[in-house]
Amino acid sequence: MNKDIWVYVEQIEGKITNVSLELLSEAHRLKTKMQRPGQVVAVIIGSQLEELISTVQEYGAQKIYVADDKSLKLYEPQYYAAILKKLIKENDPHILLVGASALGSQLAPTVAAKVKTGVAAHCVELKISENDQLVAVVPAFGGKVLGDILCPKNRPQIASIKQGILDKPVKIEAVGEVIKVDLSFLTQVKTNLKPLKICREEPKGVPLEEAEIVICGGWGVGDQDTWHYLEKIAEKIGGAVACTRPPVDEGWAPGEHVMIGTSGKSVRPKLYLGFGISGATHHICGMKDSGLIISINRDENAEIFKVSDYGIIGDIKQVLPLLAEAVTK
Amino acid sequence: MGLNIVVCVKPIPDPKYYNEITIDPVTKTVKRQGIPTIINPIDKHAIEKALKIKEQHGGKVILMSMAPPDAQETLLEGLAMGADETYLLSDRKFAGADTLATSYVLARGIQKIGEIDLVLTGTESGDGATAQVSSQLGEWLGFSHLWGVVNCEVKSQDDIYLKTKIENGYMEWSGKLPMVFAVSREINTPRYTSIMGVMKAKKKPFTIWSFQDLDLDEVYVGLKGSPTQPGDIFSPDMGRKGEILKISKEEAVELIIEKLRANGINIESFFSGCVRGERNE
Repeated sequence: MNKDIWVYVEQIEGKITNVSLELLSEAHRLKTKMQRPGQVVAVIIGSQLEELISTVQEYGAQKIYVADDKSLKLYEPQYYAAILKKLIKENDPHILLVGASALGSQLAPTVAAKVKTGVAAHCVELKISENDQLVAVVPAFGGKVLGDILCPKNRPQIASIKQGILDKPVKIEAVGEVIKVDLSFLTQVKTNLKPLKICREEPKGVPLEEAEIVICGGWGVGDQDTWHYLEKIAEKIGGAVACTRPPVDEGWAPGEHVMIGTSGKSVRPKLYLGFGISGATHHICGMKDSGLIISINRDENAEIFKVSDYGIIGDIKQVLPLLAEAVTK
Repeated sequence: MGLNIVVCVKPIPDPKYYNEITIDPVTKTVKRQGIPTIINPIDKHAIEKALKIKEQHGGKVILMSMAPPDAQETLLEGLAMGADETYLLSDRKFAGADTLATSYVLARGIQKIGEIDLVLTGTESGDGATAQVSSQLGEWLGFSHLWGVVNCEVKSQDDIYLKTKIENGYMEWSGKLPMVFAVSREINTPRYTSIMGVMKAKKKPFTIWSFQDLDLDEVYVGLKGSPTQPGDIFSPDMGRKGEILKISKEEAVELIIEKLRANGINIESFFSGCVRGERNE
C-alpha cells in the first residue's frame, strides 16, 4: 500500500487555479509529517496542457498524470470524474486533495461516490495522525464548531479546501515524471450534459482572495450611499471590498463573489477592516485568520468584537465619510 | 409534458442562532437546545424552482427528506409553499450517515417512487455545509448532475439550458433529463406561504418510509455505511484580545490610518488638513 498524496490540479481556460498550487505545497508539508511517506503526485485534466506542466513541476509534483484531449477543454463532471476514478483504481493513492472551487466542490464528491470513499469538505486544516492517516478539520454550524474527520478504511482519503485557507504556495523544484493518461475509454462515458462556454466577469480592482487589505461591510452600513464610501476607500488604498450576506441581499454589494463566509470566500489579508458587521459565525469562519482585525460597530456587544484586535464602538455613517476623506486627501 | 420533480430538503437548526451553539466539554457533543428547526434556507429556492417548472410544464413536485420522525412539522412548510406531497425517510439505522450514506438512502427513495425526471436540491445545508449530497445523489441514481445552478430553463425533456457559477464568472450548459441539480440562492426568491397554503398542506399526502420499505444494502447505510467518521470536536480558537475602544470618529479614523501605514499603505498626512476637534458637527 503506497502513501502517495495526490493533488487535483485544476485549470480553467489554460490557467492553473491558485488553490491547486497551494495544495501542492500542502501535500509536501503533509509528506514531511508522515512516518513512511510516498510521493506528491499531480493530476491535471484539460486540453492543450503542455505549457502548464512546467508550473506543476515547479511547485513540487514528483509525478504528473496528464489527461489532455480536445473533449476535455471545458469541465464536464462525468468525464473529469471518470478520469480520476480510472487513475485511482489503477494506482490506489493514500490521499487526494482537491480545491473547493465551484467546480472542485462538485468533482470531489462525484469521484468519491464513484470509488466509494469519503470526502472531508471545505477543510480548514489538515493533519497527519501517528499511523499516517489524514485528519481533516472541518467547520460545522457556520464555523462555530470544528470537527476532525477521518476516513479510516477507504482510499483515497479525499479532502477539499477553499483557496486562501492554506499558506501561499512555494516553489519546490521537482523533476516530475510526466505520464500521459490513455483516454480511449472516454468514448464509453455517458453524460446528459454538454458544457457550452465559460463567461468571465472581470472583477474591478484587486481580487478579494489576493488583497492584502480587505474592507468589509455588513448590514450596519445601512444604505447604498454609505456603501459607496467602502468602494472609494478600497480603490484609494488598493484594497478589496467584501461583504456579509445582507449587503448582497440588499443589492449594495456587487454580488456573492465578494461575500466572505462559509458559503462565500475565505480570506487571510494582512489587515481586515469590518464596518457594521455583527459577526455571525458564518462570516467569522471566513475571516478570523486575518492578520490584524479592526471592526467598527454601534453595538458594543457585537460578536465581531470577540475576534477583533480592535473593536471600535462607533457610527458607520460618521466614520466612513471621514475615513474616505482622509485616504483621498 | 408533465414532469415529476423531487426536491430533497433538509431540516436544520436555524442558522440565525449558530452563535448560541456550544460544545459540552464533558460529553463532547454539540449543544443546540432551544434553536428552532427550519427547512434549510437554500432548499426553499429549490422548491421554488420546482414549482416554477411545474407551473410551466405541469407535473408533480415531491419533497423528500431523510430525517428523524419529528421533521414532519418542519416539512409542512414546503408543502405550504405548494409542493404536492412529501416522503420522509426515517429510521434509526440511517443515523450517523455521511453524505455518501445519506445520498444512497435518498436515491433509493427516489427510485422507489419511480419515473422521476428531475431532482433538485440546494447547494449546501446551513449546518454541515459539505455541498456534496446533490453530486453523490446523481451518482447513485446514474443521472448527470450539476452543482451551483443560478439559472435554468427547461424547454423540453431534451432541451435544458443551465448556468452555473464559477469563480469570477459562470458556465453555460445544455442538458437532457433526467438530471440532478443543486440550485444557488441567486436562482430565485422563494414565495411566502399563505394561510391557505398552510391549511392545504396538512391535507396533502405525507408518507414515511423506514429501512424496511426501501431496497437497501445495509453496508451503505448510516454510520456503518459512511466512509468518513467523525473524530474530536472543538471550538475554533479565536485568539484575539478584543480590545474595545470607545473613541471619537476622528480617533477611529486615526487608528485605521495608523494601521494602514503599518501595513505599507502610504497615506499623506491626514491630520495636516483635518485637525481633531475643529470640525463642526
